[in-house]
Amino acid sequence: MESSKVIHAFYTDDEVLLDAVKDVKAAHHHIEEVFCPFPVHGLDKAMGLAPTRLAITAFLYGITGLSFAIWMTNYMMIQDWPQDIGGKPNFSWFANMPAFVPIMFELTVFFAAHLMVITFYMRSRLWPFKDAENPDPRTTDDHFLMEIPVHNNEAELTALLAKTGAVEINVVDKH
Amino acid sequence: MYQFSGKLKKVSLALIILGAFGIVFSFLNAPSTIEEAKEIIAHQSAHGSSHGASHGDSQEQAHHDEKVVVADAHASEAAHAHDDNGHHVTEDSHAKTDAHAENHDDEHALHVLHQLQNKPWAALYVALFFFLGTTLLVLAFYAIQRVAQAGWSIVLFRVMEAITANIVPTSIAMLLVIIATVMHLNHLFPWMGEGVFDPASPNYDPIVDGKSWWMNVPGWAIRSIAYLAIWNAYRWFIRKNSIKEDTANDGGKTYKLNYNVSVGFLFLFMITESMMSWDWIMGLDPHWFSTLFGWYVLSSLLVSALTVIALVTIYLRHKGALPAVNDSHIHDLAKFMFGFSVFWTYLWFSQFMLIWYADIPEETTYFVARFNEYKVPFLAMVAMNFIFPVLLLLNSDFKSLPWFVVLGGIVILAGHYIDVFVMVMPATVGAQWSFGIAEISALLFFLGIFIYATFAAFAKANPIPKGNPFLEESNHFHYYNIEHRGEDSGDHH
Repeated sequence: MESSKVIHAFYTDDEVLLDAVKDVKAAHHHIEEVFCPFPVHGLDKAMGLAPTRLAITAFLYGITGLSFAIWMTNYMMIQDWPQDIGGKPNFSWFANMPAFVPIMFELTVFFAAHLMVITFYMRSRLWPFKDAENPDPRTTDDHFLMEIPVHNNEAELTALLAKTGAVEINVVDKH
Repeated sequence: MYQFSGKLKKVSLALIILGAFGIVFSFLNAPSTIEEAKEIIAHQSAHGSSHGASHGDSQEQAHHDEKVVVADAHASEAAHAHDDNGHHVTEDSHAKTDAHAENHDDEHALHVLHQLQNKPWAALYVALFFFLGTTLLVLAFYAIQRVAQAGWSIVLFRVMEAITANIVPTSIAMLLVIIATVMHLNHLFPWMGEGVFDPASPNYDPIVDGKSWWMNVPGWAIRSIAYLAIWNAYRWFIRKNSIKEDTANDGGKTYKLNYNVSVGFLFLFMITESMMSWDWIMGLDPHWFSTLFGWYVLSSLLVSALTVIALVTIYLRHKGALPAVNDSHIHDLAKFMFGFSVFWTYLWFSQFMLIWYADIPEETTYFVARFNEYKVPFLAMVAMNFIFPVLLLLNSDFKSLPWFVVLGGIVILAGHYIDVFVMVMPATVGAQWSFGIAEISALLFFLGIFIYATFAAFAKANPIPKGNPFLEESNHFHYYNIEHRGEDSGDHH
């Protein structure tokens, strides 16, 4: 059962936040989420998140784009409507391959980039007109927010967070 | 402080001596007369070798095969036949074709003789250019670090400086080759041949004559010496002043002076590097030209330079001489190796594709010669310099594993040696190329010099540039995305 009560601890410095995350993890508390106005290097590792697999998908998307480009150039330029490329009308994809390298390169990049962005949005559950998930608008300005679920240990958590340099600690009901 | 161990010194001296013996042997072994060349040709055709297509078109090839057969049939006559073709015509029943074949055979034999005489020179030249160029690019990369005021690379400064010590012996060797070339002791550059600029001569070459404002021996020699002088002057200055930085304590005055001089050097470097590649490499094929050749040579040497920095760093760290170097520094060097391998491929392919597409005979000759007679090294090089580094170094985690970087680095260095080989050999030795004693000896010779120069220089200075204002940043350098595994030193974040 997910607890409905959470603590919101606010920080104003990314280095302080990073140390706080390490302290909280060291005390064996689960951190639900950290909201930041900008990416903080090393935060994912400190929070104990699994490494991203986005790079693997990028590689696979790149391979897909490369294959698509090979199929496409072969279909368009050799099979469907054979074309004379630079005075080399030999009706073979491989012999004309140098001419297709820029297309292969571009489609590899195109597939990898676009599909990676779409994957990222889907994994982050982001789509147009979606309501913002961050609980406090200050996390889009100059504050960092750490969210920790409470399991009847409110006082202990508050004391710990106060020690780590939090500028504000709120206990809120999460809907 | 690092000590240049006696063992390593012995290895480097052994390489130098072994290489020197091999070089001398290959020079003594080169044919000096046309008879010797003919013997070699006969030997080659007897072994069914198809090293035929010197001129790279099939008609010539067919013709050549025919005349080799004739030469074989007349093997006993060959020695005396060439001095008097007229007599031969009246004596022989196959008079006409034979006389023509013999005549052509002589011409071909002379051509092969020149190629075989060039061979030890070309072998030496390839290895020399590879080592000189790689060392030069280490110097340029070092200057870039100073000009960019990069923070991460400070702990690698003394490694780079040590490698650039190799520029002194290689420049001396290059100077000797330049002098030998000017004195016509070799015929690496066809445009330096006799009568090329003389309209009355049968060797007159109007295309080269049109370029005589650039391609003339005094200009070439003066420019060559100027390049070497500029590079060596900067290297001498920056090494001296970098060590001075350690103890200067003058509020950054020496540091700023080094910055300014490095800016000036980089400006001169970009100009001299391009011109050097035209003079020393592109001039080997004086009819052919490519506008991105300077960049292409630059990219090949740059990726070699970064690989050499990575390999020497990994070796010295393994020996415990570089306690401040951590996995992130290795990771960054490997990223550069990966990135510039792709950059090299981009330039190599750009040059190829435009020429392939336009299909203008005066441009395609360059690739025809390489694709006909150098197919294996030409294609192997693309695999070694592009496909292999991409697959090996694509994964971020692998870039900080020393043995992975070493494995990738050795293949990259071999690949770029082959790149220089394929730049130089087709124009100088044509179909007569091989990878034998001459080539290996030259490599060993310059490798020995490189090891001696680098590690002797590294032992002479503090391995940590204490006076550099960015030293702290470099000490704490940690690329956020990787684990530090390989080093013993503790506190990096």
